[in-house]
Amino acid sequence: MSLADVVAAALFVGVLAYALFGGADFGSGFYDLTAGGTARGAELRTLVDHSIGPVWEANHVWLIYVLVTWWTAFPETFAATMSTLILPMLLALLGIVLRGASFAFRKYAATLGQARLFGAVFAISSVITPFFLGAVAGAIASGRVPATGRGDLWSSWLNPTSVFGGIIAVGTCAFLAGTFLCADASRSGGRVLAEQLRRRTLAVGAVTGVVVFAALIPLQRDAPTLADGLETRAAPLVVASALAGIATLVLVSTRRYAVARGTALVAVAAVVSGWGVAQYPWLLVDQVTIAEAAGAPATLEALLVAVGLAVVIVLPALGYLYRLTQSETWSHHGEQAPSDH
Amino acid sequence: MDPLLFLAVVADSVSGLAHVAGEADPAGLLPARQQMALSLGWHIVLACFGVAFPAMIFTMHLIGIRRDDRDALLLARKWAKVSAVLFAIGAVSGTVLSFEMGLLWPGLMGTYGDVLGLPFAFEGLAFFIEAIFLGIYLYGWDRMPPARHLLMVVPMAVTGVVGTFCVIAVNAWMNAPVGFELVDGEVRNIQPWAVLLNPDAFWQFLHMWVAAYMVAGFTIASVYAVGMLRGRRDRPHRLGFTLAFAFASVSAVVQPLVGHLLGSRLAETQPTKLAAFELATETESPSPLRLGGLLVDGEVRWSIDVPHLGSLLARNSFTKPVEGLSSFPVEDHPPVNITHLAFQSMVGIGTLLMVAAVVFWVARWRGHDLMERRWFLRFAAVTGGLAVVAMEAGWIATEVGRQPWVVYGFMRTHEAAGENSGLWWLLGVTAVVYTLMTVGAIVVLRSMARRWRAGEVDLPSPYGPQAQGPGHSTSAEAAEEPVR
Ligand code: HDD
Ligand code: HEM
Ligand code: HEM
Repeated sequence: MSLADVVAAALFVGVLAYALFGGADFGSGFYDLTAGGTARGAELRTLVDHSIGPVWEANHVWLIYVLVTWWTAFPETFAATMSTLILPMLLALLGIVLRGASFAFRKYAATLGQARLFGAVFAISSVITPFFLGAVAGAIASGRVPATGRGDLWSSWLNPTSVFGGIIAVGTCAFLAGTFLCADASRSGGRVLAEQLRRRTLAVGAVTGVVVFAALIPLQRDAPTLADGLETRAAPLVVASALAGIATLVLVSTRRYAVARGTALVAVAAVVSGWGVAQYPWLLVDQVTIAEAAGAPATLEALLVAVGLAVVIVLPALGYLYRLTQSETWSHHGEQAPSDH
Repeated sequence: MDPLLFLAVVADSVSGLAHVAGEADPAGLLPARQQMALSLGWHIVLACFGVAFPAMIFTMHLIGIRRDDRDALLLARKWAKVSAVLFAIGAVSGTVLSFEMGLLWPGLMGTYGDVLGLPFAFEGLAFFIEAIFLGIYLYGWDRMPPARHLLMVVPMAVTGVVGTFCVIAVNAWMNAPVGFELVDGEVRNIQPWAVLLNPDAFWQFLHMWVAAYMVAGFTIASVYAVGMLRGRRDRPHRLGFTLAFAFASVSAVVQPLVGHLLGSRLAETQPTKLAAFELATETESPSPLRLGGLLVDGEVRWSIDVPHLGSLLARNSFTKPVEGLSSFPVEDHPPVNITHLAFQSMVGIGTLLMVAAVVFWVARWRGHDLMERRWFLRFAAVTGGLAVVAMEAGWIATEVGRQPWVVYGFMRTHEAAGENSGLWWLLGVTAVVYTLMTVGAIVVLRSMARRWRAGEVDLPSPYGPQAQGPGHSTSAEAAEEPVR
């Protein structure tokens, strides 16, 4: 493995972490949106608040990590991607801004009317933002972003691979969030709530699974390099994802939510890693490889120092945060829904 | 509307920035500039709270625990809730900037991304830690042993500082580039650590750091000053005011010195910027200090000149001159008027706030409590706004004064921009979204204050089960809020 490959791997770990943890935060917007009227959805919305409240800002920083590592290690591809995919990037950005701000505003809103407004903005932007990020991934994976300069503003992300990428992103986020919320709800004794969430999670999981595998067909023509990788090198990951996905559905339907969280993470991690493995060694598929795109070696080495520091400083702190939010004292507060993941 | 944006537009039209940069400006240049000014000008205000608020909360919380002071504990709790709102919009507006570095300045990031990237990577680490401990602290009330809970603020305060240093290192590098060579137009021999540890970063960081304490401190003090003017003179108001004003005062007193030290580097590193700051058209020895004034058709008008003082302040000498603009090619001149006025506004406000801080504490030491004087409270009520203006003016002076360079001496701003005239749409949408976000934040923060005044502590959400369920008509006594 070359230095550039190691940095690219570190970058991809960031993508993966954002997809899993940031994804679960975004996905909770789906349940918030479909929770029903104010009275009916009260319990669920409060659960969402407690679930993502303590962690969403930390999970969000994975995105910053990805952007920064990308422009430092592979500067020209960053500039080319941003120029080409400016529209989905900006739409995702708009979603990120609206989601973060309105989540914080809703929590401290004084009146129901305000809370409804902020809540609607929060939930809708949470649902649609992953679509645009998925479309960006699809654009890169289908070879539509040139190595330098600017590709087509529209067709680069309005194409079969991007659209499937977007839908899969929305689905996996909601699926992850569903399993986490089920676990939270059942742990805090909200049995009715857990049942309601369980049905929705099962539906979301089934649909997402079907879409993931259906996508393999159009990919053959639309993104041949990626499809080839998925069918050869990344095939074990695709299979692993299918198995973990099915296991999750079984576990959720038999109400073993705590374990289901783990298998759901594995299922999504496998899909995302499958994409990474399938497109290796390309950074921008069919355009530029990781080795060609790499910036100065001195910078790559320095970046690895930063990554090393992240491993020893950030990961333990993050672990501490997750452990606290899962602990008994933090979960049980009166009839409180717990904070989780 | 955003005053910065307005200023930037005026600056562009008044000073003829477009002329300087020439006909060949890419379509993405002007909107990208306005966009940068708006989004950074907005982010920086919240960033100040991110940097300085944790230390103030820590101090208040510590007073509460040490002296078993219920008022202080309650204030710390309220401040923590306020910070939750501010940090959330601070974080999202920071994310906007990360995207914008690539969206607006492909030429800069494509060419110099691997030169200036390392500080940003460390900044990312710092924000990670900040966000993690923010989550722990905010949700840790009543769920952790008090001493350990209090300790959770410390990493936040530290990483706010580290993060600031890292971003400022990038800005200082743009002002005085180091860590690479240009060989036949190719960037070579990159030394990323030299960028992170560049000598100009230290003073610029120190100045920004102190500015953050001034902005946060005076703003919070202003809020309590308004409360006292409206007759709410209870102990929490006085305590909140005093603590915030104390932080702000220390900063206000050291800031002019730090600013002076920062400025004394300019003669060497960025002589054109210095010339614009001082409104020096010709090299004069010794140079006067020009107060006010504008450059009209190449002539300095309406300024009050104090002899010698320019040399003394800018060069630490009675004779050394400030090199005038005429020594530099016209195409290297920054927009002079906006730079000069912004710089002098900052220095003027800085001096005023320093005097105010000294007056308050000297009076207090001699037994006069100025909190009892309406004229002082009226003044205190505007110090927050003044500090913000000073900081924004400082940034405008720095950034506009660097023009027409984005990387001083190496890359012109028009080379950094892209060809996307659609960025005007982005600017329009951003202006609307940021306006709405500002309104949202104000509405929410005011409603929080109103409920606290009405005696509520927990601020339960109006959509929770207790607020909705049968038998509970209002949320007043609902105890479903975990953050108590
Ligand atoms: C509360 C805010 C505030 C106050 C009161 C002052 N400044 Fe300032 N100043 C800033 C906030 C600021 C800043 C945070 O906006 C800048 C922009 C870039 C930077 O690092 O700090 C700045 C930049 C800046 C620069 C430009 C540095 C460069 O471009 O490289 C100089 C020379 C000074 N300041 C000098 C002063 C002096 C002599 C002051 C005397 C009172 C002063 N500042 C008060
Ligand atoms: C002088 C300039 C700046 C200072 C002092 C500063 C400081 C801060 C601080 C303290 C925060 C923490 C969030 C908060 O508490 O509100 C923050 C957030 C952030 N800033 Fe800035 N910032 C500056 C400029 C920039 C620039 C130029 C960029 C990017 C190009 C940037 C990117 C970010 C990002 C991505 C975040 C969000 C981190 C998170 O998710 O928590 N900032 N900034
Ligand atoms: C450390 C942080 C910062 C970085 C890395 C940074 C970076 C940049 C870049 C790349 C540009 C565009 C190129 C140029 O015009 O030279 C720019 C322009 C600008 N920035 Fe900053 N900036 C920082 C802090 C700030 C802050 C806090 C403000 C607040 C007001 C600000 C105000 C502006 C303005 C007004 C312009 C437009 C200048 C012009 O083109 O006339 N900057 N900045």
